[in-house]
Amino acid sequence: MTAVLASSSIERGGLSPRAIRMIEAVIIPLGALVASAALFSVFLLFLGKSPVTFFNLIWTGGFGSAFSIQNTLQRAAPLILTGLAFAIPARIGLTLIGAEGALVLGGFSAAAIAIPLVRGGWTPWIGLPIMAIAAMLVGAFWIGLVGWLRHYRGVNETISSLLLSYIAIAIMNFFVEGALRDPASANKPSTMPIGDAYRIGPMPGTSVHWGLAAGVVLAVILWLLMSRTTFGFAARMTGGNVRAAQAQGLPVGFLVVACCAIAGACAGLAGFFEVAAIHGQANASLVAGYGFTGILVAFLARQNPLAVVPVAILFGALAAAGGLVQRRMAMPDATVLVLQGMIFVVLLVSETFYGRIPFLQPKRAGDRS
Amino acid sequence: MSQADLFIVFIALVGGAIRVSTPFMFVALGECLTEKSGRINLGLEGNLVLGAMVAYAGSYTTGSPWLGVLMAGCSGLVLGAMHGYICKLPKVNDIAVGIAFMSFGIGLAFFFGKPYIQPTAPRLEAIPLGGWSSDPLVAQALQVNPLFFLGIALALFLRWAFANTRWGLILRMTGDSAASARAMGVSVDLVRLLATAAGGFLAGVGGAFLSLFYPGSWNEGLSSGQGLMAVALVIFARWDPIRCVLAALLFGAAGALGPSLQSIGVSQGYYFFNAAPYILTLFIMIASARSKSAAREAPGELSIVK
Repeated sequence: MTAVLASSSIERGGLSPRAIRMIEAVIIPLGALVASAALFSVFLLFLGKSPVTFFNLIWTGGFGSAFSIQNTLQRAAPLILTGLAFAIPARIGLTLIGAEGALVLGGFSAAAIAIPLVRGGWTPWIGLPIMAIAAMLVGAFWIGLVGWLRHYRGVNETISSLLLSYIAIAIMNFFVEGALRDPASANKPSTMPIGDAYRIGPMPGTSVHWGLAAGVVLAVILWLLMSRTTFGFAARMTGGNVRAAQAQGLPVGFLVVACCAIAGACAGLAGFFEVAAIHGQANASLVAGYGFTGILVAFLARQNPLAVVPVAILFGALAAAGGLVQRRMAMPDATVLVLQGMIFVVLLVSETFYGRIPFLQPKRAGDRS
Repeated sequence: MSQADLFIVFIALVGGAIRVSTPFMFVALGECLTEKSGRINLGLEGNLVLGAMVAYAGSYTTGSPWLGVLMAGCSGLVLGAMHGYICKLPKVNDIAVGIAFMSFGIGLAFFFGKPYIQPTAPRLEAIPLGGWSSDPLVAQALQVNPLFFLGIALALFLRWAFANTRWGLILRMTGDSAASARAMGVSVDLVRLLATAAGGFLAGVGGAFLSLFYPGSWNEGLSSGQGLMAVALVIFARWDPIRCVLAALLFGAAGALGPSLQSIGVSQGYYFFNAAPYILTLFIMIASARSKSAAREAPGELSIVK
C-alpha cells in the first residue's frame, strides 16, 4: 500500500509521503497531548487549583523515584495488553470496546482452573502456564465471538462487545457469589486464593511483575505480525476496503475472527496477570477499567502495537500519580478520569489535521511554488 | 411457584417495567432523533450519567427536583452539541467520538459528583395511579413518575413531527441523503448539530430520572450501560419513536426480572437475571441485524448500518 501511494503522488524535492505520514503520526498526537494539558490547566485554574502543582505531582508520582517508576510500570502492564486488544481489531476496521469483559472473564477462568490444580498439588511450573492458556483461550473465544457475529451475522461489533462485557462481569459475579465462593471472603466475594506458591513474583531486580515483559514481547510480536507478514497485510487490506479484499479472494471471515481472537487473548492474558500477580484470586477488583483505558491508549498510539508500549506507560503514570494528586491537592480520584476524557476528545479532534498541515504537504508536479 | 407468587412477580414486573423503562425511553428517543439525522451518538451513556449527577446536585441546591431535571437536560445538551460540532470536522469518526464523550461525561460526573453522594436531595413526586386497589403491592407498582407519561407524549409528538412537519421532513432527508439535502439548500451540519444536541438533552433528562426517582440517589454505580443499550434498542425499534417506547418497556421488564423474582424469594441466579437485558439486547441484535425490513427503514447516511 505504501509503495503504491509513494509512486502515485508525484513529488519534487521535500519529504517523501511516507516520511510525512510518520511525522504526522508523531506530532499530531503529541500536539493533542499538549493541547489537552493546556485545556486541563484552564479547568484547574477555573477550580482554583494550580496546574503547575498538578503536573509536578503527576511527574513525581509517575516517574519521580524508583518506587514510582515501578508503580507506573506495574499499572502499564495491563494497559499494554488491553491497548493491543483494541489496536489489532482496529487495523481490520473494527471498533471493539469489550476488552474489559475479556480481561475479567480471562482472570476469572485462570482463578477457577487454579482451584483443582492447587488442590491436586501440581507444581506452578505446569499450573501457571495452564492458567495463562485458559485465560487466553477464554478471552479469545469471548472476543472471537464478537468478530464472528460481526462477519457472519452483521451484528455491530461496538455494541455487541460492550454487551458481552456486562455479561462477562455477570458470569463472574454469578460464580464468585455462588458455586466458587471462598467462604473466608466475607465482605468481598472472591474465588479461592491461588496461594503463595502460585503467585507470580516480580521480575529480578524490580518489584514489577512479569506481565510487563509479556506485554512488551507481545507488542513486538504483534507488530511483526501486522506489518511484516502476509496475514497482517491481508488484515490491513481488509480494514482498508472489505469489498476489495473479498474480490481478491482473501479469507475475510477468518481474518476478522482471528484478529478478534488475538485481541481477546491479549485481554485474557491481562486478566491472568491481574489474578496471578496482583490479587491472587478473582473478585470485583478485576473490573478496574483497564479495558476502557486501553481504548484510549490504542487511539493515542494510532493502533500501532509498538507505540502502544510508551503510551501505556504514560497512562500508567497518570494512574500511579492519581493517589498523590488526591492526597496533596484534595481533589477527587475522578480527576484522572476527567483528564483522560479530555485527552480522548482532543485526540479525536486532532484526527482532522491529518493531511492538512500546510508546511507538510507534498509539492505536486503542477504546483508552481 | 403458586398462583399468588406468580401474581406478585407479575405485578413487580409491570411496576418494574414502568420504572426501569423511563431512562431507556428518553435515551432511545434522543438517539432516535440523532440517528434520523444520519449521525450516531454512542456517547449518550456519558450524557445519562452526567445528567443524573447534575439533576441530583441541582435538586439538592435549589430544592426543586424539576429544576434539577431541566439542568440535567441542559448538561446533556452541551455534551450533545459538542459531539455534534466535533463530528462535523472532516475525517472524524462519529463512533469514536461517542466513546470519547462517554468517558468524558462519566469523568465529569464522578469528579463533580463526589460531594453529592452523601446528602439527600428532594426527589420527583410520583402519581399514585394504584389508589383504586386495596392491594398495597398494586398501589406500590403503580406509583408512576410523570416523566414516564412525558416520554410517551414525546414519542407520539416525534412520530407526528417526523411525518407531518417541515422540520421532520428536513431531518429525515438529511438522514437519508446528505447530497439531496444539500441540493435543497439545507445545511446538513447544522441539522445534525441540532439533532445531536436535542438528543443529548433527552438523554440528560433520562439521567435525571435515575437519580431523582428510581433508584433515586446519586452514586457512581448508578448507570450500568443503559445509555449504550438504548442505542441497540433504537436499531431494534427501527427508528420509530412509538416502537422505541415499546422496546423500552420490554427492556424495562427484562431489567426488572431479577428484583421481581427476588421479591418471592428466588435469589438463585440473581446475577444471571440481572444480565437479562444485555442478553436480550444481544439476541435482538442478532435477530434483527440481517433483517431486510430493518435495512429498508434505516436512515441511509447512518454509519452503523452501512
